[in-house]
Amino acid sequence: MTTTTATELAALLDRVRAGRDFGANVYSTLDVLQVLYDRVLRVTPATVDDPDRDRFLLSKGHAVAGYYALLAARGFIPVDWLDDQGGPGSRLGDHPDRLLVPGVEIGSGSLGHGLGLGVGTALGLRAQGRADPRVYVLLGDAELDEGSNHEAIAYAGATGLGNLTAIVVDNGSATHGWPGGAASRFTVNGWTADTVDGRDHDALHTALTGHDHHRPHVVVAAVADGE
Amino acid sequence: MTMRDRFVTSAGEVLADPRSVIVLADISADAFAPAAARHPDRVVNVGIREQLMIGVAGGLALTGQRPIVHSYAPFLVERAYEQIKLDLGHQGVGAVLVGIGASYDRASAGRTHLAPADVALLDTLDGWTVHVPGHPDEVRPLLRDVVCGTGSAYLRLSTRSNAEAYPEAGDLRVVRDAGPGAPLLVAVGPVLDAALAAVADRPVTVAFTHRPRPFDTAGLRALAGTEVILVEPYLAGTSTRVVAEALADRPHRLLALGVGRAELRRYGGPEDHDRWHGLDAAGLRRSVDAFLDPA
Repeated sequence: MTTTTATELAALLDRVRAGRDFGANVYSTLDVLQVLYDRVLRVTPATVDDPDRDRFLLSKGHAVAGYYALLAARGFIPVDWLDDQGGPGSRLGDHPDRLLVPGVEIGSGSLGHGLGLGVGTALGLRAQGRADPRVYVLLGDAELDEGSNHEAIAYAGATGLGNLTAIVVDNGSATHGWPGGAASRFTVNGWTADTVDGRDHDALHTALTGHDHHRPHVVVAAVADGE
Repeated sequence: MTMRDRFVTSAGEVLADPRSVIVLADISADAFAPAAARHPDRVVNVGIREQLMIGVAGGLALTGQRPIVHSYAPFLVERAYEQIKLDLGHQGVGAVLVGIGASYDRASAGRTHLAPADVALLDTLDGWTVHVPGHPDEVRPLLRDVVCGTGSAYLRLSTRSNAEAYPEAGDLRVVRDAGPGAPLLVAVGPVLDAALAAVADRPVTVAFTHRPRPFDTAGLRALAGTEVILVEPYLAGTSTRVVAEALADRPHRLLALGVGRAELRRYGGPEDHDRWHGLDAAGLRRSVDAFLDPA
């Protein structure tokens, strides 16, 4: 298994950062991205068009710096693309564009689109009889404010969409909060759920592989407020 | 048989292709129950969730499926406009949207069920094909044609219909030829019969199309003299931009007729609204007379 060391990743992030200040959300997403790409997702630069690959959909498209760094670390994109992120000739915007970046499954940026696209992707794989690939969608707790997510959560739960995993990075940034926890919005609709420390790689790995194949699964990765 | 009936039958046939998936938000779900029983994984009813309906279509298309998305026009096109923009266009994938309840088909339902701006709204996006059939018999070939493609297309079905079907009328089809230099009237979809009646005793060439996007600009240039009259069954002026660009190098006058912008807050039936928007034969006649015989 290829893993990405924290030092490697920090160096790549620094190239994206180019002296700018990153919001806390960049760092709060990094651990879960690392665990996904190092230990969970069955996709490589050679299989980005393989219909049987796992799909990772970054719904909170602003959490892009760590995403680009990971894609570079794993060879999906050349490392030198990181140096000009957001520049006039760059393929790497402040939100990712699937038509410009190899390995990026969806263009995102406007919140509340990834989970619906993920449900459709999961349905497409099911219609094709592809039981193996899994669809992972990464959201933020504040992103759950968007009602479109709740359309997707209710439908995926009601129909037992077992090849779908949602990951909610919960840094307590939803303005009105989620009393009872973000996971309860999913479990009440029939999802299985794990809420874990979003910095604990082993706990994340266990949660991210904890689905039962019969129901959609959600992993809430809790990090410190505002991170 | 209505356009909607023809759509349900034709969409059922199209499901023979394993790429096809029908995506519903409760509307017409009963009509699709037999198809759903045959293809449980490829007739998807998400419930009354229009944002999800389009998001699901985008996701299906990302896996290589061909989604056919169907609902009532205002809920299909207007309610989830950002999903249409981002989950289809921005992802670089296409879907076939099939709407019923065109303009004021259900006039008595009031504003919530009226969608005269649907074509104008989709016209803000790039690359869409828009079909506005004028007769139920036109629906099947149009649906089969767009489902075979990969781009995005909108089929705008209506309860309104012309007496005769014109199955091959993507490009402008001359229905009545008044000779070179005569004013040209272009009727889109089900307004053809009223337009023909309106100019029955005037020397006006009448051309029909059920494909306002992409508009047949070559045909327009070949047929147009100085005066061009557009009659569209949706928001007046929707195709003004296209006609003006096509004829930019020629002096011309354009009259664009269609559904007015003002909210009338009146019920009644579609025929009443035709009259109030000046889209019945008498109203069209008044507008055409004023345009061709200015005081």
